[in-house]
Amino acid sequence: MSLIHHRALVAAILLGSVAFAPLAMAQDYDANATIRIGSLYEPQNLDNTAGAGQGINEAFNGNVYEALFQLTDAGTVVPQLVESYSASDDGLTYTFKLKPGVTFHSGDPLTAADVKYSIERVTAETSKSSRKKSLSSITGIETPDDQTVVITLSARSISLPYNLSYVWIVNDKATDITATEDGTGPYTLGEWRRGSALALARFDKYWGTAPTNGEVVYTYFTDATALNNALLTNAVDVITSVQSPDSLAQFQGNPAYTVSNGASTTKELLAWNDRVAPFDNVKVRKALARATDKKKLLNAIWGDYGTLIGSFVPPTDPWYVDLTGVDPYDVEGAKALLAEAGYPNGFEFTLDTPDYDPHPIVAQFLQAEYAKVGVKVNINIITANEWYEKIYKAHDFQATLQEHVNHRDIVFYGNPDFYWGYNNPDVVKLIADAESATSEADQVAKLTEANKLIAEDAASNWLYLYPQIVVSAANVTGYPVNGLNSQFFAYGIKKAK
Amino acid sequence: MRGNDPMGGARYVALPYPRTTHILAYLLRRLAILILSLFIAAVILFVLLRLLPGDPANALLGVGATEAQIAAARAQVGSDQPLVVQFLAFIGNLARFDLGQSFVSKAGVLAEIGNRMSVTAPLTLLGFVVAIAIALPLGIVAGVRGDRWYGAAISVVSQLGIAIPVFWLGILIVTIFAINLKLFPSGGFPLKGWANFGEAAVAMVLPVLTVALVIAASLLRYVRSATQDVIGSDSIRTARALGSSFPEALVRHGLRNGAVPVISILGIELATTFLGAVVVEKVYALPGLGSMLLLAIQQRDYPNVQGVLFISTLLVLLIGFAADLLQRLVDPRLRGRSST
Repeated sequence: MSLIHHRALVAAILLGSVAFAPLAMAQDYDANATIRIGSLYEPQNLDNTAGAGQGINEAFNGNVYEALFQLTDAGTVVPQLVESYSASDDGLTYTFKLKPGVTFHSGDPLTAADVKYSIERVTAETSKSSRKKSLSSITGIETPDDQTVVITLSARSISLPYNLSYVWIVNDKATDITATEDGTGPYTLGEWRRGSALALARFDKYWGTAPTNGEVVYTYFTDATALNNALLTNAVDVITSVQSPDSLAQFQGNPAYTVSNGASTTKELLAWNDRVAPFDNVKVRKALARATDKKKLLNAIWGDYGTLIGSFVPPTDPWYVDLTGVDPYDVEGAKALLAEAGYPNGFEFTLDTPDYDPHPIVAQFLQAEYAKVGVKVNINIITANEWYEKIYKAHDFQATLQEHVNHRDIVFYGNPDFYWGYNNPDVVKLIADAESATSEADQVAKLTEANKLIAEDAASNWLYLYPQIVVSAANVTGYPVNGLNSQFFAYGIKKAK
Repeated sequence: MRGNDPMGGARYVALPYPRTTHILAYLLRRLAILILSLFIAAVILFVLLRLLPGDPANALLGVGATEAQIAAARAQVGSDQPLVVQFLAFIGNLARFDLGQSFVSKAGVLAEIGNRMSVTAPLTLLGFVVAIAIALPLGIVAGVRGDRWYGAAISVVSQLGIAIPVFWLGILIVTIFAINLKLFPSGGFPLKGWANFGEAAVAMVLPVLTVALVIAASLLRYVRSATQDVIGSDSIRTARALGSSFPEALVRHGLRNGAVPVISILGIELATTFLGAVVVEKVYALPGLGSMLLLAIQQRDYPNVQGVLFISTLLVLLIGFAADLLQRLVDPRLRGRSST
């Protein structure tokens, strides 16, 4: 795929998904405009393998650094720095041809050695990348010439291109990328003030289509009200992710602002410990799923925003199917199922609840809901650290609340050692087989099947999908609305003249 | 005897030693106390941070880390060392003013504190100066004319000012001056900082006003009661008896006497302002010391937490020291007394 086509495709996807934003005419925008982006997620440093937080993905993915493949805002994976690639018949050897004529911001040309260096940076012992594990099947990286990278795997991995979309391609000569950068993206790092803001300047020697603006400034806030005020006073043009539903009222119905309602990948989850009674009983899990009025819960927390889900899979994952009908809200049905499971008079359990929003409110809601079917919920408030120690590591719990933010994370249900202890051999096999599938269609078919099985088993109680709400001034368009993997591609943003 | 003297008795204080020796001894003693306080503060800081649940290594890694990674992170941050070793390293580094490197951002702690200080210091000092400019005249008026309606009104409004939480006042000020009147930005600080002086100065107006109003409210009450004490004092009565007009007596004799308690309050208030700037920085999205501290606590970034708290403690102690010194200069009677 040529680079022009690729950019055009991304642009088409972006435009297609900006359903709520009035589209500005191409000639109407200011090509040198400064786009001021307000965000609550300040990067702690500039290196995504050094614990910089989600803010660095928001500011740098696709903007400053590029990868061999890109995860688009619509959830598809498309080649980015790869011109073409092929896999051997056994699926264990991938050969990537790099795009010619790509240069780093420092002026060095992109070579295969940079790619090898960049992948090894993520898989290194000291790396804190959340994606490290997914690249563990890589056994070797060869660079037969400057434009060719050959990756060998210990097992088939259909997700390799997807996983590589998380690997920034960094110049192998770059030093100290916690405070500087050397990527290939359409912007270079400009001024950066910790605790305040970070500017990106247009890179004039960019290999691809030039950005539709001249400069981007990410301004960071720790207080949501202060961030909203900044938009109200025209100090920022767009807010990447509104986290307080109450604050939307001041923008909704106001023609000066555009409010988009995208699909996030953040799932609010009531995780049962499927290893222990009574949650090792499918009927109990299904009964409590039916006893939960998720629509009412979502409305109480997010108003008209957010999405109901019937499993762990959000609509932007390729194996999504609507499973909200598997265990619909039905109090009488829930009571009947509980009686069948041997709990006609209900039971009592402890719900370990992280102490931050929205979990405590959700816990109270569930307490009231389950009382209607005779199940008593004891709410135990814990800190994030206790959650990690007690639940994630020690598996010492009955039920817990947690938000799971990742994209394509159904694979956790294929790991019986994961904290929730769901163990269905059919699902484990389907998920393992999907990774070694010979085609994407095959992978999607297997994961869709696994998705249906976990929903049938009510492996967890998937309460709702968080909305991804972007609010902008009405004269600003072309921003990503789904923010997958916290990305916020700035190169397509246009500001009307 | 003092009652008969228009100078408030000052010139009759006999110094047992030549004045310079005395002040030197006082300074040395005061300095020793300062260093001791700093050491105690460092010990408390160290112990408190280690008492917090959770290992800082976890903060570095997040969910999904292997035991090997955790061990590596512990070695990196030194939390695998015995507490005594950690403590000695901590004190040794402090003595050399080496505050280390942030776990999370990898930036030098002292350099970052300096960076943040360029926001917090002007915010605190300007807020403080404006507060004095408001509180002194109004407080004196309220003290002298407490029986008039405006004197009473000042007292009531200042009482209200004390009752209002800082963040709420900040939101109110933003709503009025930034969102409705659009006179000033609602928050933020220019990327280039003070190099972009005009923009930085404009960005400071509302935060400084917020800080100033809060301190002015409590300061005003001290000024008022100090004024009332002075009015009823012998020195004013005597000065009046000797033919001074009331304003003249107040300015020449009252201010100096009234200043003594007010200075010690000022010292405390300045320290409080500096620490309270955290809230104002959050409301106005200012990249100051407060936002650095809050984030560092959330992330268990020990070097940053330690660094900010240590420097803050040092500043608070220095402010106390300065206030004490100033008090002595204003009131000669205190010079001969021990400082504690």
